[in-house]
Amino acid sequence: MSDAMHAAIAGAQPSQRAEKNPDAPLFEGVYKERFDSILTRYPNKRAALLPVLHMAQEIRGWISPETMTRVAELLELTPAYVRSVASFYTMFALRPVGRYLIQVCVGIGCDLCGAEEVTERFLELTKTRIGETSDDGKYTVVEVECLGACAFPTVVQVNDQVYENVKAEEVESLLKELD
Amino acid sequence: MAYPYEHPREERMLSRYFGEVDAIGIDGWIERGGYTALEKALGTAQDDVIQVVKDSGLRGRGGAGFPAGLKWSFMPKDGKAPSYVACNADESEPGTFKDRELMRWTPHQVIEGIIIASYAVRAQHAYIYIRGEFVDIVRVLNGAVVEAYERGYLGMNILGSGYDLDLTVHTGAGAYIAGEETGLLNSLEGRRAEPRVKPPFPAQKGAFGMPTTVNNVETLASVPHIVLNGADWYRQWGTEKSPGTKLFSCCGHLQRPGNYEVPLDFSLKELVYDLCGGPPEGRELLGVIPGGSSVPILTVDELDCEVSYEGIEAAGSFLGSGGLIAMDDSTCMVRAVRRMVEFYAHESCGQCTPCREGTSWLTKILRRIERGDGREEDIPLLLDVGSNMAGSTICPLSDSAAVPVVSSIQKFEDEYMAHIRDGSCTAKR
Repeated sequence: MSDAMHAAIAGAQPSQRAEKNPDAPLFEGVYKERFDSILTRYPNKRAALLPVLHMAQEIRGWISPETMTRVAELLELTPAYVRSVASFYTMFALRPVGRYLIQVCVGIGCDLCGAEEVTERFLELTKTRIGETSDDGKYTVVEVECLGACAFPTVVQVNDQVYENVKAEEVESLLKELD
Repeated sequence: MAYPYEHPREERMLSRYFGEVDAIGIDGWIERGGYTALEKALGTAQDDVIQVVKDSGLRGRGGAGFPAGLKWSFMPKDGKAPSYVACNADESEPGTFKDRELMRWTPHQVIEGIIIASYAVRAQHAYIYIRGEFVDIVRVLNGAVVEAYERGYLGMNILGSGYDLDLTVHTGAGAYIAGEETGLLNSLEGRRAEPRVKPPFPAQKGAFGMPTTVNNVETLASVPHIVLNGADWYRQWGTEKSPGTKLFSCCGHLQRPGNYEVPLDFSLKELVYDLCGGPPEGRELLGVIPGGSSVPILTVDELDCEVSYEGIEAAGSFLGSGGLIAMDDSTCMVRAVRRMVEFYAHESCGQCTPCREGTSWLTKILRRIERGDGREEDIPLLLDVGSNMAGSTICPLSDSAAVPVVSSIQKFEDEYMAHIRDGSCTAKR
C-alpha cells in the first residue's frame, strides 16, 4: 500500500493501537491533516463524528469527557450529543482500558467450540474479571459479540491484531507473545 | 492464513481467488481480468446496466433477498440531487463470515462492483460501511481504494468516461444494528445506529436525506461477473427464483468449517455432509441453522432441500445471509439459544419497547431454565413473549431474537423439559 496519506482513507485507520497517551494533544500535526481530510469526505461535519472519535481513541487510548467536549466543539455538536453517540457503540472505550485490550469472541460459532474456556483462561492468567484492568495496567479482558470469523474458533482480537483458532491451552503462549 | 478448504463440487465464481495472495493487489487483479467489467459498464447506458442486473435475478445477499436490479431502479434518473451508494460491509450476523473473506482476498472485486453500481444509479459518492472490528480488513480496503484512485478507476472522469465517483471507507464502531440498512445510514451520518421508519425508503431519502442504494458486499461483488458475462450466463446456476451462486459460511460442529460457494440449487444436506464433512468423528448432528442466527433451526431430518431462497423456506427456515451453524449432540440447545438471544439483547438499539424489553426477558427466562430453576409455564411464557415481539417494531431485530427461541421450542422441547423437570441436560459431553 502507498505510504502517502490519501484523502479517501484518512478517516478509516484501524485505531486500537498499543501505543497511546491519555494526555496527548488532540488533532495536531499529522492528525490535524487527517482531521481536515476526513471533513472533505462528507457533506456535513456531523458525519465525521465516528471517524474523529476513532482517531481520538487512537491518540489517547480512550474517549474521556474532555475528549468528547473537544470533539463536540470541532464538529459543532453538543458534548451531550457526542456522548449519546459514543456510548451507543461498543468500540469506544469511555473508561481507560489496559495496554492490551483482549477481546474474546463469544458469538454462537465460538461459543459452540469452547470460547468460554478461552475466556476463563485469560481471566485466570491476567488475574482480572471481565472488563477490569489488571493492577499493572496491562490487560483488560472483555467478551465481544461475533467477530465474523466463525470457522476459526475461538477468535480473539488483541488491540488491532486478530488471532484465530485460539484454544484454552494456547492462551498462556499468546499472552507471552504480546510482551 | 491459507484458504482452508476447497471442494471440487463448488462453483467458485466469487471465491475463485480466495487464498491467492497475488489477487489482492490491483496488478494481480487486473491480470485476472479485473476491471474489464467496469470498462464494459462505462460504455453502456446506465439503464442497460440496471436491466442486465435485473434480468440476472441477482438477489440481495445480506439476508433479505430483495432483487438488486429492482432496488437500483428505484433511484431517481435525473441526476439532479446528490445521491449515494453504500456498500454494507457491517457483516455481523452471528455465523456469517463471507463478506470478510471477499474483502480480504478480493478487495478489487468488491470495489469494481461498487463503481459499477454507483455508475448505474448515478451516484457521486460511495461509502463502504465496514464494521469497526474488521481492523485487518480495513487495512486491505484502504490499500485497494488508493490503488483504484491511482489507476483512474475512481475520482474524476473515470477511464475517460466523464463519470466522477469518490469512494470512502467508513468504519463503524461496534453495533450489530448498523447492518440494518437505515441503521447504517444513521451511523454513516454520525448518529446512533437506530433504524428509521420506512417509508421513506433509502432510494427516496437515504444518506444525508438524499437518494441512496444500500447493497451487501457479496451482492456488489457479483455485479462485475453479471455485467461482463450477461444475465443468461449467470442464470446457468441456481433456480428461476434464486439464480447464481452463493457463499455459505459454515461453522460450528463440522469437520471442515469454512466458506463454500455453491449454485443456489445445491442440496443443503450435501453441503453439510459432503462439503463440510458432517459433524466431528463420533458425533451426530442435532440441527443446522442455515442462514445466520436470525433464521429458524432445522433438524437433521429437514435438510433434504435445496439451498435456494424458496427451497430453504419450504423446509421451514430462510436462506438469510448464508451463515450456516451446525450443532452436534454435544450441544445444550438451551444454552445455545440463550447465547443467541443474549446477543440480540445486547444489540437491541432500544427504540422499540417489544424489542428492548422482550430480548431482555427472553434472556432472563432462558438463563433460569438453563441453570435448572425453570418452570413448566416458562415454555408458554417464552412463546408468548416471542409472539409479542414479532412484527411490532421498526426493524426486524426483534423478530430475529424470537426466532431461535420459538423454533427451538418447536423442535427441541424435550431438551427444555429435561432442564425444567430434572435439572438435567440432554447434551452428550
